[in-house]
Amino acid sequence: MYKSDFPLLQYTNVAWLDNAATTQKPQVVLDKMTEFYTHYNANVHRGLYTLSVQATALYESARGTVQAFIHAGAPEEIIFTSGTTAGINLLATSLGELLIKPGDEILLSPMEHHSNLVPWQLLAKRKQAKLTFFDLTSDTEIDLNTLAGKITDRVKIISLAHISNAAGTVHPIKQIIELAHKNHIPVIIDGAQSVGHVPVNVQELDCDFLVWSGHKMCGPTGTGVLYGKKRWLEQMEPWQGGGDMIKEVTLEQATWNELPYKFEAGTPNIAGVIGLAAAIEYLEKIGIKKIERVTSERYHYLLTSLQQLDFIKLHGVNKINHGIVSFTMDIAHPHDIAQILDEHNVAVRAGHHCCQPLMHIWQVPATTRASVYFYNEPEDIDKLINGLKKVYDTFRPHPESLPCKGGR
Amino acid sequence: MDLYQEQILEHYKHPQNFGLIKNATYTRKELNPTCGDSFTFSIHINDKGVVDEVGFAGEGCAVSTASASLLSEAIKGKTLPEVLNLKTEFILELLHIELGPARLKCALLPLQAVTRINQSS
Repeated sequence: MYKSDFPLLQYTNVAWLDNAATTQKPQVVLDKMTEFYTHYNANVHRGLYTLSVQATALYESARGTVQAFIHAGAPEEIIFTSGTTAGINLLATSLGELLIKPGDEILLSPMEHHSNLVPWQLLAKRKQAKLTFFDLTSDTEIDLNTLAGKITDRVKIISLAHISNAAGTVHPIKQIIELAHKNHIPVIIDGAQSVGHVPVNVQELDCDFLVWSGHKMCGPTGTGVLYGKKRWLEQMEPWQGGGDMIKEVTLEQATWNELPYKFEAGTPNIAGVIGLAAAIEYLEKIGIKKIERVTSERYHYLLTSLQQLDFIKLHGVNKINHGIVSFTMDIAHPHDIAQILDEHNVAVRAGHHCCQPLMHIWQVPATTRASVYFYNEPEDIDKLINGLKKVYDTFRPHPESLPCKGGR
Repeated sequence: MDLYQEQILEHYKHPQNFGLIKNATYTRKELNPTCGDSFTFSIHINDKGVVDEVGFAGEGCAVSTASASLLSEAIKGKTLPEVLNLKTEFILELLHIELGPARLKCALLPLQAVTRINQSS
């Protein structure tokens, strides 16, 4: 239905089932970025000449597009970053500096992507603070029974994925945010797998911060957004110093520019941001609710197809999953599965998915992960299933094999 | 790509010299945390200074297991200095396949164990 909007899918005919890693780009996004470089390229916020005024207008208009997309209260609350990882590092530095003292706790889930774990480890080390973790049920869901007990009076920051990149679990973030706010704790939501996939409304969620990446929702790589409530951003010191984030500068000191520029030092990824806004417009034209529904349909087809293969073991499938499934096979390693699938022009991811602690919880060294988005067709999943049957045929024990010295 | 030609599959399903030997002169374990592949090699060197017994244990993908199996057989009869100096080309020739950069690491893991065999873990 939507595949024809995506040139790469036409050229390569790949069954692209690695959307959790990155998504393909519609022609309109590519066109908008080329148009910028062809007709409007100039640096932003600085020049008086027409091109700079035009470039700045496009860039700031993109900010408005993003603001409306997530229903943020003001454009000053939208900060452009190079991606989710940069956004979280910004928060671990600036918000961490503001809030964390020795002995404080930062509360995370044990199944976060390394980008929502390692920056907090670095902060904890810097500030002699401690990382604590939600409990998980055996279904890889946050244990709601022990939830309240985790929110002690030493917890100063909570950071959590909306949707797990390895398991597809949709966490009960609204509930957690409500509970956190009763205890005056700010909550950061990692929306890398959810923004552009399901409706995300920061007023409704009332999250204090939301981070995500453009390239996982049909936008270009090297773009992302950090949304933060004004009252937090105003209190936070800048992350990076440089041009555009200052007001007055002497040799000894500088004063800061107002929001959002305080957190946007240096020349931004102007073309990227314009591409990101074009991606949002493209998705909104289809409708995020429709995108959610179509992705859900593909996910359920993927899940039921995999469940019919008795040689496949699924991991982390629970009450609410969206778009992503991890699986293993007893007789074949994820590398070999992914390799054979590649021979069938099916793209999946094999490894630890930047979630080594989760692999440890699942007691597997690695999994194969398939992830769908609205432009996948059922035939992509059929190709995956046929490929997996081929993997099984390649690796299954053959009764006519001779016995040997060692072996499995 | 005929990565899964008969030789690789055969060595994966029925690896040679599988199982650590008793009376090993040296034992060494190498692990790739990215994928969990892990192999331990044990070798015995006789009084002529030559490897006369080899055994390995562990688990990994088809490429790393086949590499370990072929390597375990190939180092028999070599001296310790010869074993420690084995290079990437040696294992690639044993495997006899084209490997992309992503899978090269798989093939080299057992070689790492063998070329560091006399180092303490």
